[in-house]
Amino acid sequence: MDTHSYFPVTPGVGMEENFLSLDDILLSQERLPVRTECVFPRLGFLEKSSDSQDIAEGTKMEFPLWLSKGLYEKKRKVLSVELPKVYKEGWRTVFTADPNVVDLHKMGPYYYGLGSQMLHFDNPENPDIAKTLLQTFIGRFRRTMDSSQNAYNEDTSVLVGRLDCLEKVLFRSGQNGLNGFQSWEKGQASQLTASGLVLNYRKRKLVDVQP
Amino acid sequence: MSMFDQRVPRLCWPEAVSRFVSYRKVNGTALGSVQNPLMVRFRFCVFQEDGVRQVLQEMEALYEQNQADVNEAKSVGRADLIPSIKLRHCCLLRNQRCVVAYLYDRLLRIRALRWEYGSVLPANIRFHMSAEEVQWFGQYKKSLASFMRSIGGEEGLDITQDMKPPKSLYIQVRCLKDHGEFEIDDGTVILLKKNSQHFLPRWKCEQLIRQGVLEHVMS
Repeated sequence: MDTHSYFPVTPGVGMEENFLSLDDILLSQERLPVRTECVFPRLGFLEKSSDSQDIAEGTKMEFPLWLSKGLYEKKRKVLSVELPKVYKEGWRTVFTADPNVVDLHKMGPYYYGLGSQMLHFDNPENPDIAKTLLQTFIGRFRRTMDSSQNAYNEDTSVLVGRLDCLEKVLFRSGQNGLNGFQSWEKGQASQLTASGLVLNYRKRKLVDVQP
Repeated sequence: MSMFDQRVPRLCWPEAVSRFVSYRKVNGTALGSVQNPLMVRFRFCVFQEDGVRQVLQEMEALYEQNQADVNEAKSVGRADLIPSIKLRHCCLLRNQRCVVAYLYDRLLRIRALRWEYGSVLPANIRFHMSAEEVQWFGQYKKSLASFMRSIGGEEGLDITQDMKPPKSLYIQVRCLKDHGEFEIDDGTVILLKKNSQHFLPRWKCEQLIRQGVLEHVMS
């Protein structure tokens, strides 16, 4: 709803997730390459490559973030989580060289979010990852902010296409501010409007889309 | 690996993109995959009873398997089962989180309906709500009403009005659809016929404008 009374739970800041935040739930759906450090009896059906009843120790699999976080223990008896490519040294140098060039939407739409979550797994590269995330954000922020404040009444898909989810939120916020100001300047701010719900109902008859 | 394909059920994206939730049954036999569109390209979707039920069923299955394994681990001393127990437990927590977030997000939207639309919801929206949600809406309305009565002196204060600072007492409106007769405070009855224009007190029109019956005409 684009209405002013709906306040969804916002995503957590930094390494924290908000339990009820839908964005955080989607973020924690991202998959990570992991290696099992112990046997998981009776769960062999999860791993398609082998036919055994158990998941053997040392198996390489992909687990979603929520599962990796849930199972991970500092002493590494259970799981070891590998860094996704984007956060490894190779890509980190690319980001430091020129952060504006990168298509962060392609690099996993939750670049900053997932990167912050990766810091939960004790990796010796964590300080470097944290620094790169910050520097990348700083490097890209100005362009995002500028474009959001200057793109009025036009198709922004090109501008937004290479942004990560966090940047998209910022962009949208900037656009809302811009549109609000413009409508105030035009004297439209005092015009009473129909609720967002109603506008949508007019466009299509009430149909439940079934699969 | 495709076991954990549970994405969050939600009403809809602001950008109107549909998402699907698929739940895969965690059991030793075949991997059943159930796809449920919990979101549609719409503002407020019907409550996905089936989807929620399937999640709860999956949670029951996981829980039973864990119970069995825990008993075995304790009685026969098979501590090696613990990692699997933990994994299933993570799945349970995940399902719980998704369902709770779904229900909560819907309540946030339903609450917004009271402010955006008014205290009487159109039938088509009500059909989208589960029985409990309708009940919740009723209770929220009551709480809000008693709060409004308690402020602003004897008559109370309707804080759902004047969401935008009013510029004038009377406004020009155009009727967007036939709405029948409409009585204003001094007793006059106005016929709201499609495309007719009227000069009416702002406080009478606010709700009808929000509901899309009238359109505020700026001169």
